[in-house]
Amino acid sequence: MIRALGWVLRRDLLLAFRRRGDVVNALVFFVIVVSLFPLGVGPEASQLRNMAPGVLWVAALLACMLSLARLFAPDHQDGTLEQMLLAGEPLVVLVMGKVIAHWLMSGLPLVLIAPLLGLQFDLPGDALVVLCVSLLIGTPVLSLIGAVGAALTLGLRGSGVLVALLVLPLFVPVLIFGAGSVGATAAGTGAEAHLLLLGGFLALALVLAPWASAAALRIAME
Amino acid sequence: MLEARQLECTRGDRRLFSQLSFRLSRGQLLRVAGANGSGKTSLLRIMCGLLAPSAGELRWQGRPIRAEREEYSRNLAFVGHLNALKDDLTALENLQFAAALGGMPADAGRMLAGLDRFGVAHCAELPVKVLSQGQRRRAALARLALSPAVPLWILDEPFSALDVGAVVELERLLAAHLASGGMVVLTTHQEVQVVAHAVLRIDLDLHTAALLAA
Repeated sequence: MIRALGWVLRRDLLLAFRRRGDVVNALVFFVIVVSLFPLGVGPEASQLRNMAPGVLWVAALLACMLSLARLFAPDHQDGTLEQMLLAGEPLVVLVMGKVIAHWLMSGLPLVLIAPLLGLQFDLPGDALVVLCVSLLIGTPVLSLIGAVGAALTLGLRGSGVLVALLVLPLFVPVLIFGAGSVGATAAGTGAEAHLLLLGGFLALALVLAPWASAAALRIAME
Repeated sequence: MLEARQLECTRGDRRLFSQLSFRLSRGQLLRVAGANGSGKTSLLRIMCGLLAPSAGELRWQGRPIRAEREEYSRNLAFVGHLNALKDDLTALENLQFAAALGGMPADAGRMLAGLDRFGVAHCAELPVKVLSQGQRRRAALARLALSPAVPLWILDEPFSALDVGAVVELERLLAAHLASGGMVVLTTHQEVQVVAHAVLRIDLDLHTAALLAA
């Protein structure tokens, strides 16, 4: 089972490496959206500090959405998804492999570049650390929930818009506590409670989302 | 042994076929015939467990296939309309991934032998996107050469896009599989000569006509 997960992960990473453009696009999108705000709002440091957590987190949600359309659709088009459904391994495991690969390509780069972007907003050092940690816990949840949305809208017309409508409301709790944790650190109240709640979301999504995605994929293939 | 009982398939509000029963045993070839749109692909997808029949059931070794999905899938090799090849991976990488999914060892030597059987070993290191339609089909069929131990092969139009040499090679592969006790289900519009001691034939057009007359 672990072997099959490893193969799916390996294949998706290899594919991403061969099509580096897709990964870089989402990252550049994130950087540009975040950088537009200081330019648009002006260089008032206290104002920038206040809006930084929200801006960074919303941009992360949107960057994650961008890559969701390509999570299952290419496999659906070329028939490899059919073969995955007919593999002798549980589909849940294979879906998990795809979600991990998606996070490594769309979530992890955001976590790594976020502190640099935080500097544009004059965030203090401890807030930058919390920003990183909150993204590290929160972006896997986005990939997991996003996978359910991508599976549900597979093969539908206009699935790109549909997946946004379906998934963005579900991202709201992650956004509130993710951005809240950074805000709380800046305000001096401590981010622990927010981060623990984010961890709770991650645990819940890890348990439920792969099963929901697998079930949705089976329905989509009928 | 694969047994179908009173299968019915409805797509949208159109009933494609109903009360379809058959039994496929070791060494037998089942050829599904019918006009375009008569439900051949749907029947094959039902037999794979990808599609649920609107009535009836399929049993593998006496057990319903949808109850033990993974167990059934391990006994099944499916080559559909789509080649299930990733454009950005090489033919070899594609084959390795397919073998790994099927729970088979994925060493390069075996893969190359499979590709060689269909005459595409020289394309093994090329990305699939530069291959021709026929070469892609050959690379997809090479999966079968790797799965002699998988008893049930379900093939949707396996002969499409193949040239004469590849058709002969595939016929030979199917005959060898049947001779060693395997089962093959296929749809085709071409006349093929597969040596098998028993060839079953379902004609979905005739089946529907017979039902209408009855």
